[in-house]
Amino acid sequence: MASAPSPEVLRAPLVVEFPFTRSLGPVQSAFLTGLRERTVLGVKATDGRTLVPPVEYDPVTADEIRDLVEIGTTGTVTTWAWNHEPRRGQPLDRPFAWVLVQLDGADTALLHALDVPGPDAVSTGMRVRIRWAAERVGAITDIACFEADEGAGSGESGPHTGEFSDPVTGIIAAARLDYTYAPGRAQTAYIKALSERKTVGERCPSCHKVYVPPRGACPTCGVATTERVEVGPRGTVTTYCIVNIKAKNLDIEVPYVYAHIALDGADLALHARIAGIPYDQVRMGLRVEPVWTEGARFPDHYRPTGEPDADYDTYKELV
Amino acid sequence: MRPVRDIAIVAFGQTDHLRSTDELSEVEMLMPVLHEVLAATGLKTSDIGFTCSGSSDYLAGRAFSFTMALDGVGAWPPISESHVEMDGAWALYEAWTKLLTGEADTALVYSYGKSSPGSVRDVLTRQLDPYYVAPLWPDSVALAALQAQALIDAGDTDEPALAGVAARSRESAAANSHAQLSGSVPQGDYLVRPLRTGDCPPIGDGAAAVILAAGDRARELCERPAWIRGIDHRIEAHSLGVRDLTDSPSSRLAAERAGAFERPVDTAELHAPFTSQEVVLRKALKLGDDVAVNPSGGALAANPMMAAGLIRLGEAAARIHRGESDRAIAHATSGPCLQQNLVAVLEGEPS
Ligand SMILES: [Zn+2]
Repeated sequence: MASAPSPEVLRAPLVVEFPFTRSLGPVQSAFLTGLRERTVLGVKATDGRTLVPPVEYDPVTADEIRDLVEIGTTGTVTTWAWNHEPRRGQPLDRPFAWVLVQLDGADTALLHALDVPGPDAVSTGMRVRIRWAAERVGAITDIACFEADEGAGSGESGPHTGEFSDPVTGIIAAARLDYTYAPGRAQTAYIKALSERKTVGERCPSCHKVYVPPRGACPTCGVATTERVEVGPRGTVTTYCIVNIKAKNLDIEVPYVYAHIALDGADLALHARIAGIPYDQVRMGLRVEPVWTEGARFPDHYRPTGEPDADYDTYKELV
Repeated sequence: MRPVRDIAIVAFGQTDHLRSTDELSEVEMLMPVLHEVLAATGLKTSDIGFTCSGSSDYLAGRAFSFTMALDGVGAWPPISESHVEMDGAWALYEAWTKLLTGEADTALVYSYGKSSPGSVRDVLTRQLDPYYVAPLWPDSVALAALQAQALIDAGDTDEPALAGVAARSRESAAANSHAQLSGSVPQGDYLVRPLRTGDCPPIGDGAAAVILAAGDRARELCERPAWIRGIDHRIEAHSLGVRDLTDSPSSRLAAERAGAFERPVDTAELHAPFTSQEVVLRKALKLGDDVAVNPSGGALAANPMMAAGLIRLGEAAARIHRGESDRAIAHATSGPCLQQNLVAVLEGEPS
C-alpha cells in the first residue's frame, strides 16, 4: 500500500514512448507473412523438433536453421493462467486465459490469449484453434486469440518454401510506459527555489564546492550535499558555442549562442542561451544575468549586465 | 571453475525496502548503503580498486540513469568503473572476474532499483522477445502464473503448498528489519490464477552494496570473510514454449560449475520472486529439507528490482560473517520464469 503522498514531494507524469522499427530475419519474415495469409509456419531444429514460433538459430546448437514447415491452426493447451484483469496492450480487453499452445505438428508452444468465458472453461490439454484478426498486417497480433475447438486435429505438416508475394520484412513495435517522476530531495529544493526566481545549489561538507543544480551528492567526495546556498543571479560566461541549425519545434532564430555560465557563488557552470547581444560579440568572461518571462519556470535566457568582463583567473577552474 | 585467487565478500549493506521512496532520488537512496559498507571495512572510496553497479534504465524511464548514481561513489578523480544493465549479482560476477585477473584487490559492487515510479509489471514486458511476445504485453505475474500452473499440472506443487512457501518466507522475514513484507501476510485473491497476491513479491524500492576483497586483504577487512568458492551463470532459450517450465537446467548447471554439489550446504539464499519458483529451484539445486532456504525472507519479503539478486549474495555472506553458516549457496535470477540464473558458493573458514 502506498503511503500518503507528502506535500513536499514534487511529481510529474513521465511518458516514454517509442515506435521501435525492427527488421526481420528470413525465418521471422516467413512466419509473420504467413500469419497475414492465415498460414502457420514452423522451423525444423537440428534435433528434428519443429519449433513454433520459429527462430533463426537453433536453441540447442545455435546453428542457423531455415527448413520451414507448414503446420496446423489447431492445437493443445500445455499450460494456462487466468487473467481476470486485462492490462493495456494485451490481446483482449475482457477476462481471458493466457495460454501456451502446442499447435498440431509443432513440438514447442506459442504464447497467446484464449477467449473463454471463465477459468472453469480452460484446462491443460484442452483443444483450441486460432481466431484470426479481421485485419492482418504480418504481426503476432494477426492471431487475435485462440478459441475452444472440438476437433481432434490432423497433426499433418509439410514442407513450405516460406515464399509469399509482398513479404513482411519488418515490424513496428510500439511501446509506451507511463511513469510518475519524482526528482528527489535536492532537485525538489532546486525546482521550488526556481518558482521564486531564485537559484540554489548545495555545498559539499567535505570539499566545500557548491553544485548547481544540486543532485544530492558530491561526485568528488561521494557524500551527501546538504547545505543549501543561494547563488547568482549574475554569472560569467565560461565557454559558449554558436548554434546554426534550427531545432525542431524550437521558436528561436538562428544563429544563437548557447553558453556555460558560472553563477556567482557556484562551483559548477549551468548552461543557458545568451541573448541581448549580437551572437558574434559573445565572449568568455562576459558578465550576464537571467531574463525571466511571465509564468516561466526557469530563465528564458541570460543577457549582458554591462559590467566589465570577469578576469580569466576568476573562472578558469570552471571552464 | 576453481578460482585462481581467493576472493571473499567482506561487507554487505542494504536499505530498508519500501513501497515508495519518492522523496529520494536514486543516488540519495543509495548513498547511505555505500557509506555503510565502506565504514564496515574502514575503506575510503579512493581505496577501492574496482567499482561495478547494476540497475535498469527501464525502471527509471531515463537513458543512462546509472550515471546519476555514480555521484555517490566519488567518481572524480576518475575511477575504474563498470555497469551492468541488470541485477547487481551480475555486477558482482564482473567484479569477481576483475579481482581474479589481479588488476584489483578490492571491489565495490552496488545496485539499486526504484519500481515505484512506473508499473513494474508492464515495464518488465519490454525485456521480452520483441517480435512474438512483447506485442502481447504479457506481464511478469502472468508469465510466472503459467509456470506455476505447469508445476501444479506436473504434480510438483499445489496452491496450499505455495501458500506455505509464502507464509514461511514472511515469517522468516520477521527477523529482517529491512524487509518490506513480514510476519503474517494474507494470501489474498488471485492476481493471475493460480497465483495469489501472497505468491507474488512486493513491489518496492531499494538498494544494496557489497565489498569484495582478495586473499589477505579480505582477512584484514573482515573477521570471517565469506569466500566465494565458485560462481557461474547460465541462460536458457528466450522462447518460453521451448523450455520445460517445471525445471531450471540453467540453475543446475551453474550450481554444478560453481561446485555447489561437491559438499552439502547449510544455507540457500534463492532469488525466487514467486512462490512457485522456489519449488523449481529447490528441485534444480537438489536442496533437502535440512537446508535453511531464504532465512532472510527472500524476494517474497523484499524484491527491489536489480538489487534483489545481489541481496541474496549479501545475505548468504552475512550469515557466514556472523558464524551462522559455514557453506551457503546464493542464487540470482533475471528474465521471465527463471530464464537467467547465477549461482555462487560461499564458505567461511573453519573456526
Ligand atoms: Zn566534495
